[in-house]
Amino acid sequence: MRVALFVTCLVDLMRPKIGFAAIELLEAAGCTVVVPTRQTCCGQPAWNSGDRAAAAQLAKKVIAEFEGFEHVVAPSGSCADHIRNEYPVLLAGAPEWQARARALAPRVHELTDFLVRVARLERVPGCFAGRVTYHDSCAGLRRLGIKAQPRDLLARLPGIELQEMSGAEECCGFGGAFSLKFGEIAAAIAQRKCACACATGAAAIVGGDLGCLLNIEGKLRRMGDETTRVLHIAEVLTAK
Amino acid sequence: MESRAHRFQANAADSLANPVLQANLRTAKGKFVDKRAIALRELGEADAFEATREAARAVRDSVLGDIDLWLEKFEENAVARGAAVLWARDGAEICRLVAEIGRRHGVAKAVKSKSMLSEEAGLNLALEASGIRPVETDLGEYILQINRNEPPSHIIAPVVHKSLDEVADLFHSVHKTPRKTEIPALTREAREVLREHFLTAEMGISGGNFLIAETGSVALVTNEGNGRMVTTLPRVHVVITGIEKVIPTLEDLCLLMRLLPRSATGQSISNYVSVLTGVKRPDEHDGPEHLYFILVDNGRADVVGSEFRDMLRCIRCGACMNHCPVYQTIGGHAYGWVYPGPMGSVLTPLYTGIENAIDLPQAATLCNQCGVVCPVKIPLPDLLRKLREKQVERNLRPRFERGALKVWAWVARHPTLYGIGARLGVRYLKWLAGGKPSIAVLGTAPEWTKGRDFPAPEGRTFRELYARRRGKP
Repeated sequence: MRVALFVTCLVDLMRPKIGFAAIELLEAAGCTVVVPTRQTCCGQPAWNSGDRAAAAQLAKKVIAEFEGFEHVVAPSGSCADHIRNEYPVLLAGAPEWQARARALAPRVHELTDFLVRVARLERVPGCFAGRVTYHDSCAGLRRLGIKAQPRDLLARLPGIELQEMSGAEECCGFGGAFSLKFGEIAAAIAQRKCACACATGAAAIVGGDLGCLLNIEGKLRRMGDETTRVLHIAEVLTAK
Repeated sequence: MESRAHRFQANAADSLANPVLQANLRTAKGKFVDKRAIALRELGEADAFEATREAARAVRDSVLGDIDLWLEKFEENAVARGAAVLWARDGAEICRLVAEIGRRHGVAKAVKSKSMLSEEAGLNLALEASGIRPVETDLGEYILQINRNEPPSHIIAPVVHKSLDEVADLFHSVHKTPRKTEIPALTREAREVLREHFLTAEMGISGGNFLIAETGSVALVTNEGNGRMVTTLPRVHVVITGIEKVIPTLEDLCLLMRLLPRSATGQSISNYVSVLTGVKRPDEHDGPEHLYFILVDNGRADVVGSEFRDMLRCIRCGACMNHCPVYQTIGGHAYGWVYPGPMGSVLTPLYTGIENAIDLPQAATLCNQCGVVCPVKIPLPDLLRKLREKQVERNLRPRFERGALKVWAWVARHPTLYGIGARLGVRYLKWLAGGKPSIAVLGTAPEWTKGRDFPAPEGRTFRELYARRRGKP
């Protein structure tokens, strides 16, 4: 199965190892992974800022670069949701592009969803021991139905203990540009998330979207917690 | 009511800095969210809620498609049962009409059941100015009124931002009675004060949860019983509702009532559901001799024909705010006008002007928790995003933000340049972190580091490392 990796701009900038972990997982599932090198961003920041024109231009760029692949996989529910569900909406004014967006949409997947449902990964390559808790990111959970998939994958790691936090499905306060425009509100929301996560006694908070993870980690460090790790699920599933 | 939505940032900062409010918000959140979840389970499995809310969405949608016809039908049936139907374009007209009705019937005192539309109009102040004393009889609204006309912070629990202690202090100082600390004792004290008003008021003013076109009735959903007193004891009853509240039939009411109390307070049914039809007939003992409906536009008619029409399906349950991470953090007053939370962040700009509530549509994480709990499937995140689009179209965003977004979007379409920019950016951040795992002060994103560190990047971009791994320069 030939799969294109949509790296996402945050992974590219902040934590490339998540991208490499995603490649490792996809290869472990028997996929041939291609990383189109001209990719940048899915354009969600423009769309959520109300700039339809910019969002449409970036959407067209992504469609042109990725529509030739059987599947497109992103280590982010947020970006995958944007490409799957928003491209056809934001390209409503360009019927030809909208048709191409619709044709691409069902082939775009969030990483854990793809590994469990499409590629049917059998053996998880990593080895990670200890107690973790999982934060459900909003777009993945409420728009793509990502809930069981990451837990299913985590459960395959011998030695891991998943302790659910209360309010796992509640937003962490990231919200893209929201966290840059309303920093104090975002930080107060993140504080609740961190308190719930830490109450589980987990050594690591795990999630599927780097935006949330940066928000949670940033809050933890500001609260003086230097030890609780904040990891992308791809990092956990490929940990050595 | 005068809007303070333009001061959202400052309002929110006040809320965050108020420890009593923060504690009260934490208590309220658990109650609403948990009780709703339990109550909805009674409908059956998850699909039962989905099926019911899809049916409710369809009813509300179809009414909005022909709202003029349904309103005419309502008017015809209400008038046939002895009511008068008046139309108000805005808040000022509401105030004028109610004052006129008051004068006509020699009203000195009006008892009120909860009505958010009277908040839109700032009715209490206007009535006082025209010599009619308004008395709020919903316990929450009463508490706010005696606290120097404080505005409500929630559409169904107006005083949810206050603690028992604060109410105890208030009653003690306003009623001049010994300070009580038990809720039943405080409630009894309020009832004793209100009873006198119920018996002496000449006019009752209520809102309306639904207007039923086929019978010309108003449906009221309440818990305290004050609604019944307000609508049956005084000689005159004035109902003030938005035009969007009309539904075709009593059967539609039954459908919507399966969702409204469950979504709002987590009750299978509210303590009282009143369907009031017409004036008192000769053979009846209770009810008003004069019944007026004031049906209000105040911005709604424009929304009917716009891309924001879905918003008018709203049945005012408050589930969207109860589940909103932002509302849970700052409370309702921060939103600055009548309606808080996600529904308010859509309604306030639509009703008071997009340019007067710039922050509200932005002050949402778009987590879609509101969208999934809404009993009439209003796509609130989509509407908030559309309002952001309107702000851009109308050039209402700060110049710096527009410029930054334009540059970013242009660079993102030029991969080589983007790669160079990304490379430089992450090196700068890495340098700024100075070997530490996170950055405490980030000049380029000062809002971020107000309350959080910014985790340091690895220092090289994925594209760099990937190219190197593939043996390219």
